[in-house]
Amino acid sequence: MLIGHFTERPYQDPGSGYFGATGLPIKDLTLSNEIYDPVVGSNLYNRYLDEKIYAEEMGFDALMLNEHHSTPFCMGGAMNVEASILARITKRAKIVLLGNILPIWDDPLWLVEQLAMIDMISKGRLVSGWVRGTGRESVSHNAPPAYNWERFQEAHDFIVKAWTEPGPFRWEGKHYQYRYVNPWVRPYQKPHPQIMLPGVVSRDSVEWAARQRIPYVMLATQLEPTRQSFQIYADTAKEEGYEAGSQNYGYLWKVHVDETEELAEEVARKYVQGPSNPFLAGNEGTANPALMKLPGLTSRSRVLPTMKVATANRGGQLSRSFEEQVEDYTIISGTPKTVIPKIRHVLEYLRPGSIFFWDGDGAMTHDDQMRSLRLMGEEVIPAVREIADELELKSSFEVDPKTGKEIQQPADEIVVPAAD
Amino acid sequence: MSQQTVDVKEYKQEVAGSSIQMRTHGSGEPLLILHGELGFPGWMKYHDRLSESYQVYAPSHPGFDNSPGIDWMMQVRDLAGWYLEAIEDIGLDSVNLLGLSFGGWLAAEMAVMDPGLFRKLVLVCPTGIKPEQGEIYDIFLNLAPDYLKESFHDPEGTAEYNLICPSEPTPEKLELWEVAREQSCKLGWKPYMYNPNLKHLLHRLKNLNTLVIWGREDRIVPLDAGRIYEDSVPGSILDVIDGCGHRPEIENPKLFSEKVLSFLD
Repeated sequence: MLIGHFTERPYQDPGSGYFGATGLPIKDLTLSNEIYDPVVGSNLYNRYLDEKIYAEEMGFDALMLNEHHSTPFCMGGAMNVEASILARITKRAKIVLLGNILPIWDDPLWLVEQLAMIDMISKGRLVSGWVRGTGRESVSHNAPPAYNWERFQEAHDFIVKAWTEPGPFRWEGKHYQYRYVNPWVRPYQKPHPQIMLPGVVSRDSVEWAARQRIPYVMLATQLEPTRQSFQIYADTAKEEGYEAGSQNYGYLWKVHVDETEELAEEVARKYVQGPSNPFLAGNEGTANPALMKLPGLTSRSRVLPTMKVATANRGGQLSRSFEEQVEDYTIISGTPKTVIPKIRHVLEYLRPGSIFFWDGDGAMTHDDQMRSLRLMGEEVIPAVREIADELELKSSFEVDPKTGKEIQQPADEIVVPAAD
Repeated sequence: MSQQTVDVKEYKQEVAGSSIQMRTHGSGEPLLILHGELGFPGWMKYHDRLSESYQVYAPSHPGFDNSPGIDWMMQVRDLAGWYLEAIEDIGLDSVNLLGLSFGGWLAAEMAVMDPGLFRKLVLVCPTGIKPEQGEIYDIFLNLAPDYLKESFHDPEGTAEYNLICPSEPTPEKLELWEVAREQSCKLGWKPYMYNPNLKHLLHRLKNLNTLVIWGREDRIVPLDAGRIYEDSVPGSILDVIDGCGHRPEIENPKLFSEKVLSFLD
């Protein structure tokens, strides 16, 4: 089992009048950056990095980052910058990027270089996830949405080739052209960092991941549609001639631990206050309907069971109530005593090999997050590891997702002791 | 969906290695009408009126409505080049060409590539040129019904408005709009709805009679683009209709048709 920590790194500024329980509502892509305060931003970036260091100390196997643009709910516009910093200031945990938004890069060779450098500086701890990106990201970097899927696939093929084949070579593709590919970097891990694919609604993506034998991570989707989506992966794997297992699945959802039940509930309510991703079910904020219908971004017909409950299908106000989210396990919050059995339920239901606890988000404070991380480290993580062992949930670093075979000595986890 | 007062022939036409959904009616010299970014709107009053004097051909471009998309096309100039061969395959000669909005950009590109194929050219609020004043409305950052509403100067006062933009569009209509927006997006995402070089090539139309019609209240493509079209096509005429927005052919079909017929005559 791989246990990771995640936060969107929201831009929290109650003084702006926008965020927090009584703040002005935000509709996607309608908020000008004129309200952005770089002092606030600076403090938040450093705070979120400190929290990641502490998460590693508390025993998390993985520190997960994500990327979004032009929005206050996520400060990860240049996620690779944060990853680079973590590569140097952390020592043991994997740096999991879920993920670089492939289709919005006009020049994916930059990713080849940046990610190889992160992998080297971290001594082989990078997990390089890719995503298709929401409409917001296509608009922010003006990438043609109708070619999103084609660009994704071509960029993936290009990056893998540039990481693994000696240069120089030429690449004259439909969307990307290079006359000379010979970057002066190579990834630390062999053949290259593990790639994961997070998803929410696209059927094309999950089938592609299954065919590539790449672990598929579902993001905060409700339990039953998630299980059905994993089944689609499993069925496609069977067609491909291999058997998928927990090593092929990952799941991210909101889990917060606190000192008392009352405090846990009070803090968990902050998930749905403050800036949050209107694209994901259960969050606040108003989705911009035009972004939901950005032409050709995802197939309108080839969608997953999660589509019915994802916000992508609706415009306008879309949140489920806090109580509903607690009810259906998409928010788990409590003391370790009540949280652990609920996590168990999710693990039994979905059987993922990698899990990411989404915490410290919305309007939560630094103290809120630190208390949770401490309790995770002291009680929850050890208990979850035991449950995972009992349920035989192996991550893609323990069992090879391509073959189903145990990884005896994970070569890509060897951390060469630093010279100093 | 369309208000057909006449017997319009609709069929699938195999052309230039693909096929398109074609509609035709009328008699006389050929008049090829190229629809805009949301696909073929239906057979409207202006189609009726024009088909009284011409054989009107109104296809759905590849990738719009039920015409299959053609994968290699990535810009409007690609589609224009393909259409020239399609015209040959259909067997049309000395074609009168009329293009509306995105279809106007397409028509201009086609004419520039092979002016000798055409008898006269009418561009109706065409995209394709970046205005120096104002900006072209972003149809990809707005929903189709909102865009359509913005296209009309006086929706309530336009007889055929509800045919173009029903208050409760059927699922089929909504899907066709999305199909059209996707294809328009493939060809016109960036630079947005124009080609920076087109205005330099328009000089080639010096021997092709060209009429550019605009609605004075057009909130989609600024009238300034019309001025640049007029400046770039030697001998062309810019005719601005008062009280109309981006859809003069729907907003005032009688006046619109009169102007077109008079010009083509």
